[in-house]
This record gives sequence, structure tokens and C-alpha cells, in this order.
Amino acid sequence: MKATKNHYDAVIIGGGMVGCAIARELSRYKISVAVLEKEDDVSWGTSCRNSGVVHAGFNNRPGTLMAKFCVEGNKSFAELCLQLDVPYKKMGKLVVAKKKEEIKDLQKLKQQGDANGVDNLQIIDYSEVKRLEPNIEGIAALYSPETAITSPYLLTIALAENALNNGVSFFLNTRVESITRLNNSHFKIITNRGEFTSSYVINSAGLYADKIARMAGTEKYHLYPCRGEYHILDKNVSRLISRPIYPVTSPSSQWLGVHLTPTIDGNILIGPSNEYIKSKDNLSVTSSVMKMLSAEAGEFLPLISPGYTIRSYSGIRAKQSPSSEGGFWDFVIEESDMIDNFINLIGIESPGLTAAQPIAKRVVEIINKKERLNSNPQFNPFRKGILRFDEQGEETKIALIRQDPNYGEIVCRCEKVTKKEILEAINNPLGARSLISIKYRTRAMMGRCQGGYCQTRIMEILRESFKLGPKELTLKGNDSYLLTGYRSSEVSK
Amino acid sequence: MPEKEVIIIGGGAAGLAAAVACQQKGVEDILLIERGAYLGGILNQCIHDGFGLEKFHTSLSGPEYAQRYVDHIKEKEIPFLLNSMVVNLTPQKEVIVVNNNGLTHYRARVIILAMGCRERTRGAISIPGARPSGIYTAGVAQELINLKNYMVGQKIVVLGSGDVGLIMVRRLILEGAEVIMVAEKLPYSSGLPRNINQCLNDFDIPLLLSHTVVDIEGNGRLSGVTIAQLGPRGGIIPGTRRKIACDTLLLSVGLIPENELSREAGIVLDNITGGPQVDERGQTSIPGIFACGNVLQVHDIVDNVSLEAEYILEGVAEYLEGKLSQEQEIKVEIGEGLRYVVPQTLISQKDTIFSFRVNQPGEKKILIFEDGKKVIKKKSLRRVNPAEMVRVKLSSSELEEIKTLKVKLV
Repeated sequence: MKATKNHYDAVIIGGGMVGCAIARELSRYKISVAVLEKEDDVSWGTSCRNSGVVHAGFNNRPGTLMAKFCVEGNKSFAELCLQLDVPYKKMGKLVVAKKKEEIKDLQKLKQQGDANGVDNLQIIDYSEVKRLEPNIEGIAALYSPETAITSPYLLTIALAENALNNGVSFFLNTRVESITRLNNSHFKIITNRGEFTSSYVINSAGLYADKIARMAGTEKYHLYPCRGEYHILDKNVSRLISRPIYPVTSPSSQWLGVHLTPTIDGNILIGPSNEYIKSKDNLSVTSSVMKMLSAEAGEFLPLISPGYTIRSYSGIRAKQSPSSEGGFWDFVIEESDMIDNFINLIGIESPGLTAAQPIAKRVVEIINKKERLNSNPQFNPFRKGILRFDEQGEETKIALIRQDPNYGEIVCRCEKVTKKEILEAINNPLGARSLISIKYRTRAMMGRCQGGYCQTRIMEILRESFKLGPKELTLKGNDSYLLTGYRSSEVSK
Repeated sequence: MPEKEVIIIGGGAAGLAAAVACQQKGVEDILLIERGAYLGGILNQCIHDGFGLEKFHTSLSGPEYAQRYVDHIKEKEIPFLLNSMVVNLTPQKEVIVVNNNGLTHYRARVIILAMGCRERTRGAISIPGARPSGIYTAGVAQELINLKNYMVGQKIVVLGSGDVGLIMVRRLILEGAEVIMVAEKLPYSSGLPRNINQCLNDFDIPLLLSHTVVDIEGNGRLSGVTIAQLGPRGGIIPGTRRKIACDTLLLSVGLIPENELSREAGIVLDNITGGPQVDERGQTSIPGIFACGNVLQVHDIVDNVSLEAEYILEGVAEYLEGKLSQEQEIKVEIGEGLRYVVPQTLISQKDTIFSFRVNQPGEKKILIFEDGKKVIKKKSLRRVNPAEMVRVKLSSSELEEIKTLKVKLV
């Protein structure tokens, strides 16, 4: 199979974690693949707005794809992160009971996990909870040593970059407007950036997967946006917990409750909330939920106060069940029964991060059943990320500065990010050029001053690198311009 | 490891004044370390005038004010590093500096903390709503406009009436932007009266007290904010929400002393000021580490930053001569009416300048220093305002033989 101009064997709609994982999985074969992403970068939807927890798989009902893929994904996650040079920490996790009645639920969770094939689950008592987490209040807990954390956006970026290196084409700022079938049975996909044709369409459009499916002619799916808000805490309180701390929630609920999660960078996240909303793009944070999050977190960890919050944000889950029903709907990963070669991925909410690779393999299986895919002998599973100066030993730091003096210029003071790292992020292989793209790749602007010191410096580096005019600098692509031009007396000069 | 008599961290107003004062005290082995490309720090972007009235008895712009010190530093050849970030400070008074030339350890007999402060952000005050572009802290906007010649927006709402925000209102208007209003959460302004007059009143810009931003709209660029009036307990008064179309929200909601290095070194901080706890010589909980300027407490007038740096140099000189000894340890107790007092402890009975901020605005107040039941000093204050730092000097004779010290405002 061979690509001609704008014809691909497979077009993946959506550059989230799952779309990028599918792209990478397909790049193991001799097949031409394009990813169409409506935003200025990959990962900007639900993929970058979650807890970053690599779940062990005890929260999902036995026999479901969620359970199967979560457990599989968990077991191969360390290897994936190693190949892609993405941070991964196996910290374990506690589900903490605060009341006696909740201990039953812990036991149910453990049984469910055992049935799913999760390793090493154990119920621990008060003294063991205190030994593991001295600052946490609780009477018992389910301890899951297999749970880990990662960086969801770095992983998505890494999957995309590795796919790109292995021949996949990425089209950013490319919004699908219509999908039709040509006489030769190829799909014709019209976007704001021109036409594409393909033999397969893989619909991994996340929250909008129902809309994309409708474009192609199937009304079968409906997705309800369910927002989760988070707080990020100052690193000064990071030492208060050593692993994710979850409350006990009703076993029938898909929501895992407001939890405290260390991030890979050493902050603590509080969240998420669980609120059905009308609009799929309303990523607001709300005052009532912000207060609720702080209060719930305080129940477990009395030492934290709202004053430690450095930022609040939200993500939106793609729920298949309306709020009136709630409950549990499994992942849908299937070829459309109405449209040949149109593969839908619907309702990939938690544990979608953990399950991303098994989900991607399932998509490959679906295609492989229809026609035998030949492996790509050039496929290279490895990819290097941006070296973090601050994480190196002193000898290495000295050597790095000698090698490239840009390592000696610390641009972001809070997170100690050097100019070299900023330049590498700016010159990323996907060609993403907004401030947020640099932030996700380097951590610059993510610290307690939120870019107060480094934002203007990064804007200048970005401008110089691409010779951009002031109006061309954006926070996150499209119409998110940062400046309205030069100041008036400068223009009149 | 290179050893210095004195290392000063930060080349802004405080660090410059400390370096000059050091040299004038006869200390020769100084190293001033600045992370930016120029000395002067934030003064460089403060192109308005009004600096130096107290210190130089003339009105200077920020860069002019800084230049007086920079000229002195260059003339006396006081060593300084630019583009150099101190990434670590230890209780043993070692610092690690990273710059284009490499990574260097220094040790000093005295370290002077002069890192200044940073701006409080949207995240820290939890403003609800969307997260579009077009939300800037006042200082970032000031840098973009004054140092980079960019415009940050055309139709602007300002939240918070801190001084930088007020200065930026005038600046934006002079550059042709429309400033719709300044909303202030508190029932009184956080800025200096002269800035309210010169930056708002002179341009007919409304200051809405007891108002805050309760929602932000915009997917790409900011498209509007919702403001609402707050009741006496801080809750939103029903029916007072209104939407305002704008493309920029400027935040001037407070400054926070930049003490990450201090914290990592284990220096004890004051929860209210955000700066180190110090004795009357500006010495922190680690002997030989001193602090001055905005890293110690946020000032409203740069002249006071310079004066504070000069003041603590007395202690630095004594320390270097081995004469700064702890004769006593009296904790300064904060009584009614005051938010904080610096210094937090007295280790001797020398002349001491106390700095305060009051809790709320008031008139005809009396500041009282007392040792138990004994009143040591009283000072009448015609008008007090949380925006204005109060500085009062007590002489060694007044402080002689005190056992305790409490300060209050009645």
C-alpha cells in the first residue's frame, strides 16, 4: 500500500493519546497513515487533562474491555515509557476508607481486581496506612503496588513523535468538516486544510467521536461531556504524600472520586470533580467546585490549605451514559456495522491512558483481519525526549554547558528549565509553535510563578526562532493571540 | 571553591544598594549575582517617574534610579555577574551559580538575600472561568510594553488595585488602549493614594471597590469577564453580576517575596510577610545570611528598599568584624491593628527601625510599643492605610533593658 498526495491507507481523526498510540502501532507496518488533529498540537483534549495515573485495573468490571486492556496496559507500561523516554514512576496507590462501612467496599474492589488479574493487591490496616502515608487520615486501605504515574501529555507527544519518525504524517490545525465515500470505496475527508482520501478511517476524536461518526453516516453513538476540575498544588507540599490517594466510591460508579495524586514533576493534583455539562468545549473552572475540591482533599490531608493552589484547570470525559443513567459503559472499539473500513473508538474515558496501547493493538487487529498487514522492517520503537538539565548530576551539567552554552541559561526559574530545552521544544518535530506546546514539552511556565518570569523570554525566543510578528504569537493556536501588535509610538516610528 | 566576603543574590534595587553600601563600608571582596541581562531588576521596566524623592530628593524614572547605583558599581569596580542564576543556597553559605560559562560553587562569609518578589497569579487566587490568552499580571504586561515594545491588548479590565496595576492603567491609556475599570475585592484600595490620583482619577477610570471577577470567557483570546459586587463577608451580592466585553484582564493582586532559595536553605520564614524572619539587623535564622528589600517584605516605595539595604549593612559589617553577637532574644509580639512587624526578633538593644503594615485603613491612630505594662514609645499616625508601610525608629535608649516587646495600633 502506498500513499499518493493526500491519499493514505489510513486516516486517524484525533491526535489524542489513543489516536497517537494507534498511529505508532500502525507504523510498525507497511501502511501509509495520517493523523488529523484540529488543535495546534497533539494531546490537547482529554489526553492532557487527567490525573496521569497508570491504573492497575481493579476499578473495572471483570470481563469488560476496560478491565482487560487496563490490566494489559499496566503490565506493559514501563516498557512503553522506556522505549519512548517518557517519565514513569511505579508509586503504588491507596484507596483509603474513612468509615467502617467502607471496608466492605475495599474488599469488593480487591475481589474485582483479583478477578481482573491485578497483581499484589492487599487490604492494609490503620497502622500500615500510617506507615506508608503518615499525613493521611483513614482507618484502612486497599494498597495497589502496581499502580504508577506518568505524564499524559509527554506520553502523547512521544507516541506522536515516534510515529512521525516511523513515517506517519501529522496534520495539525486540521479540522474534519465532512466524510463521504467515493465510487472506488475510498473515503473522502474534507477539512479546513484541504481534502484527504483514505481506505480506512479511524475515528479517535475523543469527545467528538459521535460527531465524526455522524458525519460518516452512523447515528449510533452519543457522547455526553462530563467535566472534571483539578487544582495543582505548589511543590512545597509535595512531600506530604508518596503515592496517589483515592477515596472509596460506590463500586457501581465509574467516578473514582476526588483524589490526591503526585504528578511526575512533583506537584500534587487534587481532583477531579464529576459534572455533566452542556458544552463539549467548556473547560471552565467554577468557584463551587474549586471550593469542594479543597474541602474534600482536606478530609484526607488536613495539612493542605487552598493557599497552596498554583493553578486550577479542567478536563472533559466522553461519557456514553447520560447523567440520568450514570453507571458503567464499556469502551467501544469496533468497525462500523454500517460503514466498511470505518473504525470507531467511542467512550474512551478512564482508564484510557493506561489502556491506550492495548486499544491501539486492537485497532491493528481489526485491520489485520481484513487484510494482512506487512511489518515495516525500518520500524524503530525508540524515541528520545528533551534532556532535562535540572535532573542531571553536577558533572553532566558542567559537560552539557560546555557542549552548548544554552544549557547555562536558565529561562524558567521555578522549574529550572534552560534555554537549550526551550529551543529543543520550539523545534519539535511535529511543528507545534504555541506557548502551551513549549510548556507541555519543557515544564517552563508550570511552576509557582506561572510564567511571570519566563513567559516574556520564551515569547522572544519563539519569535526569533521563526521570525514571527507579534500578532503571530499564540497561547494555544487559532485565535489565542498573545499580543495585539507593537505599542502605538513604536508603530509611528 | 572560590570564597568571597559577601555574596549578594539579586541585582535589583535591594542588591544594588547593598553592593554600594558594602563597598562604602570598606568590604572589597563582594560578588553581586544577577539572573537578568542587566543590573537594575524590575526598575528597568518602571519607566514612570517618582523614584528617588526620599533618597536623592529628586524625581527619577526607574532606570535612572538604578543607573545611579550601577554607575557607582562600575566606578568602584564592584564585581558582578549577569545572566547568572543562583540555583542553590546552603546553610553553610555556599551557592551554586549557573551561567553560560558553567556551573560554579562559591562560599561566602555573608550572604545577602535580595531576590525581590514575584506577582501573585490567577491560579493562586482561584478566579473561576475559562483559560484563554489575554490574562496578564501587571508586571508581565509592563515588561512587554516598556521593554519589548508590544501591546498586550486594546480593551482592558484590571483586577486588583496594587500599585503596578495602577501604573499600568495610565501606561495603557497613554498607548491608546481603553481601560474600562479597576475592580478591587477589598473595600479599600491596595495602592498608594498618589497612584490612585495620578493613574485613575486623572484619566476618569472608575475604581470599583468590593468588586471582583467571578467569570472569564473566551476559548482562544479572552472575550469578556463577569464582575460582581461583594458583601461585607466576601460573598457575591445577588443581582450584581455583569458581563464586560474586553480582550485583556490585567491582574494586580499582590506580590510575594521570592524565597525559594531561602526555603531550600532552611531559613525560617514569616507566614504573613512571606519573607525570612529577621532580627533588627536583617539577619535571618541562619547566622551570616541577611535579607533586604522585597525578598524580606514587600515595599511600596523603592527608596525604602535602598534604605533598608543600607540599614542592614550595619549588621553585615558587624558580622564580618565578629561583633554581631546575640545579647538577648526578644520576640516582637504583634498586637491589635497590625498585620505584621519586621524585625521579628531583637538580639541586641541597638537603634532599630521597625516596619509595619496595618490591618485596615483608619484615622487618628496611635502606635504603641510596650514592654509588659510599660509603654516605651507612642507615635500618633494621622492616617493609616494597609497600602502604606509604616517605618518607626526606636533608639537604643528606648530599647534599653526591655524584657518583652509588643507593638499595637489603637
